[in-house]
Amino acid sequence: MTLEAGQPRSLEAEATNRRIRRNWLLSLPAILLLLVAASGPLLIVLVYSFLKPGDFSGVVWEPSFNAWFQILFSRDIFDDTVGLADAHLTIFWRSVRLSLSTTLITLVLGLPTAYFIATRSGRQRTFWLFLITIPFWTNLLIRTFAILEMLRNEGIVNNSLMSLGLIAEPIQILYTDTAVLIGMAYVYLPLMVLPLYAAIERLDFRLVEAGYDLYANRLQVFRKVILPIIKPGIVAGSILVFVPSLGAYVTPRVLGGGKNMMIGNFIELQFGQGRNWPLGSSLSILLLLIVMAALLFYVRASSREEPHG
Amino acid sequence: MAERVRKAFSIRRLPGFTTVTMICFAALYAPIIVIVLYSFNAGDSVALWEGFSLDWYTVAAQNEQVQDATLRSLLIALWASGIATTLATMAALGTTRTAKFPGSTLIYVLINQPLMVPEIVTAVALLIFFASIKVATGYSGLAYLILAHAAFCVPFAYLPIRARLEGMDRVLEIAAADLYATPWQTFRRVTLPLVAPGIVAGAMLAFVISLDDVIITEFVKSAGQDTLPTYMLGQLRRAVTPEVNAISTALLGLTILLLTAFFILTGRNDKSA
Amino acid sequence: MSDIAVSAQSITKVFGSLSGGLRALDDVSVDIKTNEFFTLLGPSGCGKTTLLRLIAGFETPTFGSIVLEGVDITTDPPFKRPVNTVFQSYALFPHLTVAQNVGFGLEMLGKTKKEITHAVDEVLALVRMEEMAHRYPSQLSGGQQQRVALARALAPKPSVLLLDEPLSALDLKLRKQMQIELKRMQMETGITFIFVTHDQEEALTMSDRIAVMSAGRIQQIGAPRDIYNAPTNRFVADFIGESNFLPAEVAEVGMVTLANGNKVPAVVPDDLVTGSKVTVSIRPEQVELDPAGEGVLAGTITELVYFGTDMHAHVDLGDGSVLVARVQAEADRSLVKGEQAGVRFASGGLRVVEDGS
Repeated sequence: MTLEAGQPRSLEAEATNRRIRRNWLLSLPAILLLLVAASGPLLIVLVYSFLKPGDFSGVVWEPSFNAWFQILFSRDIFDDTVGLADAHLTIFWRSVRLSLSTTLITLVLGLPTAYFIATRSGRQRTFWLFLITIPFWTNLLIRTFAILEMLRNEGIVNNSLMSLGLIAEPIQILYTDTAVLIGMAYVYLPLMVLPLYAAIERLDFRLVEAGYDLYANRLQVFRKVILPIIKPGIVAGSILVFVPSLGAYVTPRVLGGGKNMMIGNFIELQFGQGRNWPLGSSLSILLLLIVMAALLFYVRASSREEPHG
Repeated sequence: MAERVRKAFSIRRLPGFTTVTMICFAALYAPIIVIVLYSFNAGDSVALWEGFSLDWYTVAAQNEQVQDATLRSLLIALWASGIATTLATMAALGTTRTAKFPGSTLIYVLINQPLMVPEIVTAVALLIFFASIKVATGYSGLAYLILAHAAFCVPFAYLPIRARLEGMDRVLEIAAADLYATPWQTFRRVTLPLVAPGIVAGAMLAFVISLDDVIITEFVKSAGQDTLPTYMLGQLRRAVTPEVNAISTALLGLTILLLTAFFILTGRNDKSA
Repeated sequence: MSDIAVSAQSITKVFGSLSGGLRALDDVSVDIKTNEFFTLLGPSGCGKTTLLRLIAGFETPTFGSIVLEGVDITTDPPFKRPVNTVFQSYALFPHLTVAQNVGFGLEMLGKTKKEITHAVDEVLALVRMEEMAHRYPSQLSGGQQQRVALARALAPKPSVLLLDEPLSALDLKLRKQMQIELKRMQMETGITFIFVTHDQEEALTMSDRIAVMSAGRIQQIGAPRDIYNAPTNRFVADFIGESNFLPAEVAEVGMVTLANGNKVPAVVPDDLVTGSKVTVSIRPEQVELDPAGEGVLAGTITELVYFGTDMHAHVDLGDGSVLVARVQAEADRSLVKGEQAGVRFASGGLRVVEDGS
């Protein structure tokens, strides 16, 4: 390679720099807004988690790891012994258990639904897709409220069961973990169906034909051909349901009735009656970390899947 | 006797899937339909049907708190979706159809951050942050809510605009430049008209998202700044009244209306492009 | 005004880093004359489209400069160059009508409404699309869109029109028809056309001059007839039409020695000295076969491929090389597969070509 003496033209470099500057300038207003009203304040939460709580609310500007300590342990008021914070553990365990159950239920219901929609043709598919999208965009509060109506002692579910003679008097479903679980499965079901639909829609049915051609029965084709191919969709849907379930606030509040708290409600409590902002902050950061870990897992899993898709 | 009907083997069918699907849709829609039906109930029971009436709509419409909350919700949603859509359009222009550049991943992550961080965490963060600003400045107006809403609406406005831009052939803009259009003329005469359906779709999504928000609004609002959803949440704490049914049904109607428009808009794009 | 329309001077274009990037053009210089129908011909990836985009201003050269009618325009943005492009994909604005598309350039140049209307009518008449003025591009067939794209690029009366494989999306019949029409429009408008194609037949049909490109370099520039009849290197001989290649040695002026020692007349460049190892090329139609065995070479007929009036006879020369001869199918029934045949070359057909690429 022979280059002429003297300086090579830097026109291209200049053009590249101009383009980068332009891209940044165009993105800047949105970034500033998000820094001020979304991302930036998260840093304050991080700082608050290492401070001492104020007497009524807010914080005292003294460094302390107490808030992080408090997440798992409690100090006895009388003899100062350290023990596990049972109440907190119950809430964490409930959050994780309910979120996992929600994910599983929505997957079992959502997979056939997504498959059904994806195998319709033309206008029919658009119609069913539209039907699944309406609840998706309907106010979460309204949907939770609709479930509340169904599950009340004098609601449709109890009334129907009684008129069928299956039960003599209303069973208390509302304000139990079951109610929260039903509610979350209900509100997050569309979040499971949509990514599954996207994955199944891209499925090449010639592969299914090849499976049948090679003597696989329906179950074998489903397990050995369809499931492995749509796995990225299953992972995506599960993450999309699990993440908001773990941070759920409205549904457990309305259907759990204040007693059956999940992490989200417990965080809110620290900023309300609990008056322990640092503990609320450390819990928020913890929740954020768990969610980030789940998302990271997803990114890893999906980038590994990429060569197939 | 009729001929024995032989069921043909279908490649796509899986046994039981259709049944599960129908159960799913029934379960999804039954609660919503109940709410809608009982919003037209004459009596004040939310369980017993006592005849058709529009009474609860009248009650809701005449309730001053509901009027206030509705106006506030609409005001915030208009401002927030307007700001979010403008900023998202600019950001989409800066981040699509361009080679990776230093910071492009950072921009992308920041813009989509509201989709990833649990809403309760953002709500808490904004509570802390805005509380101190309220103390410092003494201002406690709607601007906080508008800013917060605009921020979490950005990704919802950004995604359809980005999708539209990415589906747009870069060669059209090159052709415009070849035909003596300056960069600004190219943007005005070619890029903007072609990306417009994406912008409108994004604005509508942002509007719906803002209108629906509960958690962040609940944490950021000052006293007397209830929006329709936070008003309803407050009502749920007390007895459930058919009035809430009526408000829910009205909101549902608005959502379906906007969604239908959105579907028509994005559906038509595909044909013209 | 000079009679050179566009001059590309020592153009190098590297995509990516200077050392490891892709060298799309490697020190290319070419002068394109005014009112010329000039074709850049080569296989995909040879750099022809890159050169066109550099002239249009969509890319900036890494080294070298572009001069348009005596003015250096290397760094001018596309909207300041009096050069228009017909895009391979047509790139018609889907939200504008045919008339609005065609008038776009004039409008950007700030012409009055009246001027625009007049010019649009005129150019639509030239491409015979007057009827379609108020349709949208999506309502047109591929051939019609192609005409609109052409009209749009011609409307501002550019000094140079760049055409990037504009006919590649058309079917064969329409393509033949457009080839003739393009030539007609170039004559009528008197605009310099720079045409990019990978189709040698298209290039030979329309061009005043052709530049054959390969691997980022220009291999040969010349009139279609010269390029076909007198390819200077192996690549051109192979890419334009078909050629046989044989090893040889320069014997004396106008003579080479073939592998079997026979001396035959050939076109030999003056700068080659006796004894140089060279490659000679010969077109299949300039190879004559003699079943009686008379000739400068001899071999066995291994294959007879029939295609209508002509057929190809493959002759194994015994040293591993195979020669293809194009013979008339009916006249040469005497050729039999598996039999020996003598090989003769038509006079002036054998020529020394540069090896390399």
